[in-house]
Amino acid sequence: MSDHALTPTHVAAPTLGRSMSLLALAVALIALPFVVKALGQPALVPLATRVLIYAIAAASLNLALGFGGMVSFGHAAFFGIGGYVVGILYRTASDDTLFLGFIPGTDQLLVTLPAAILVAGLFACVIGALSLRTSGVQFIMITLAFAQMLFFLFVSLKAYGGEDGLTIRRRNELFSLDVRDDTTFYFICLGIASLVFLLLWRIVGSRFGMVLAGIRQNERRMAAIGIMPYRYKLAAFVISGMGAGLAGALMANYLRFVSPDMLHWTKSGELMIMIILGGVGTLLGPLLGSALLVILETVLTSWTEHWQLVLGSILLLIVLFTHGGLNGLLIRLGLGRSAP
Amino acid sequence: MTLILEQLLNGLQFGVMLFLLAAGLTLIFGIMGVINLAHGSLYMVGAYAAAFAAAQTGSLLLAVLAGLVAASVIGMVIEYVVLRRLYARDHLDQVLATFALILMFNQAVTILFGRQPLFVSIPPLLNGSVQLLPGLAYPLYRLAIIAVGLFIALGLYLLINHTRIGMLVRAGATHREMVRALGVDIRLLYTAVFGLGALLAGLAGLMAGPILAVQVGMGEQILIMTFVVVVIGGVGSIRGAFLGALIVGLVDTCLRAFLPGLLRHVMSGSEADALGAGLASMGIYLLMAIVLLARPKGLFPANV
Repeated sequence: MSDHALTPTHVAAPTLGRSMSLLALAVALIALPFVVKALGQPALVPLATRVLIYAIAAASLNLALGFGGMVSFGHAAFFGIGGYVVGILYRTASDDTLFLGFIPGTDQLLVTLPAAILVAGLFACVIGALSLRTSGVQFIMITLAFAQMLFFLFVSLKAYGGEDGLTIRRRNELFSLDVRDDTTFYFICLGIASLVFLLLWRIVGSRFGMVLAGIRQNERRMAAIGIMPYRYKLAAFVISGMGAGLAGALMANYLRFVSPDMLHWTKSGELMIMIILGGVGTLLGPLLGSALLVILETVLTSWTEHWQLVLGSILLLIVLFTHGGLNGLLIRLGLGRSAP
Repeated sequence: MTLILEQLLNGLQFGVMLFLLAAGLTLIFGIMGVINLAHGSLYMVGAYAAAFAAAQTGSLLLAVLAGLVAASVIGMVIEYVVLRRLYARDHLDQVLATFALILMFNQAVTILFGRQPLFVSIPPLLNGSVQLLPGLAYPLYRLAIIAVGLFIALGLYLLINHTRIGMLVRAGATHREMVRALGVDIRLLYTAVFGLGALLAGLAGLMAGPILAVQVGMGEQILIMTFVVVVIGGVGSIRGAFLGALIVGLVDTCLRAFLPGLLRHVMSGSEADALGAGLASMGIYLLMAIVLLARPKGLFPANV
């Protein structure tokens, strides 16, 4: 990544033009289910839901990776843990047993989501506390190592499906909404995604976000002015893991299925790809990247059996010839400005 | 006792295979600073090229040649076309670009050879087993792999430590700018090192053919383990790659062989097998995490 793409993280107060484009995005996202239904393409609603869920995961990873400079190759672990929290709580509830002997199961979204965030956060705290003692390639590899350990742990847990995963017969309930309806679930995900992006925007613009950006640019200098980089990095890593856990919990609800595939290292790779596609260290970049990757995959799969070849070529061209992903490309073409 | 010896030999055999991959990866990383996820694809290319040549001609020599030539030529081509542009970029771009290469290689191989795994028979010359000790007969082919691996390790040691090229490689790893300033064609050196790494990956692939199934995705399975080896051994160090590979090979093989049996003493059979297999797979990652926490630069870092 060029330095150019990494430096502009100072998040200014939204200007008029920027507010207008944000407003347009919000209107488009809200109108989307109705528009695609009117166009006779209701299958696009679940697709958009998937984009939103991956956008939450990628945006959370971006807090560590883009804003904090911590290249984690193990965020699939938190994504998968979030999913398994939903799966295991559902299984426990439907069997009417206690998990680990004292935790009752539940199928209420208002309980499972916070639980997923909490558990993913705990794991992120432990993994981050250990991993952050290293840096550079070693950090990439140690986060990968922890994710692989959890991957194999879930593969070997026969009680929770092992390699085959867990089926969740019904989506978690939220008040008395009909969550089976794709449009309702889309709006739930849209609401949560907006909250996540709003929160990330606040974090990045806060004093904490400034310190984080400072640490990314020059850790030694920040230490010299009396800031303990380790604590700030760990806090960012934990928040980032929590976000990925939340996305995993939503994904488990969306698919009504969890399996160790959610923790596989290629999933971590996909999340990184989304960030790089959209633009590292930009707030809305992950949303763009997630949309681009999910849509590309869907379109190419229906178009040719050999979609991976095409996807690979596109990714390669984007890395080689654009600096700063799609966001950077748009800026350079003068078609838009940096996402806020 | 013979069972333990046999598993130790299996571990050694797996270790030298890992070494062949890790040597190339660690050189490429140490010298050019590139994280090459596509290294596993070169291993796959070597395996497929050798399997194809063996099926067409039936000649061991031609199969070996095909595997080595295909892997090294394709390695140098991707260095020339893609990776050369990424040396100055950060690791994130390298990861994405080489991830894209994996997708392309896997799909290209699927188009050429189909999804069915190819099965390669052990060359007749190396078929059969050797009576090492009373009661311990060990397949000749695996012994041959160990021999080739140790021979390559010795060869690399001599090449890196006692030749002019090796001197440039070592200097390039630690003082890149200085080597360039002294008038060495660093680009040619990079391409050559990449070709050498690809050659070794192809060698590992073609030797793995008769033991494992030759299939799409075989590269990724071993790639992650190779990274574990490189990181445990210390990035950029051939000696570290060798010792790291042996450690990882032995630990992984022994855990897989003995852990389910040990667990069966404390729980029922099928559960012990599943949990044992899972814990055994976790073993090397746990090892890597412990090594990194104790020695963040790996066990045998290059620049000491």
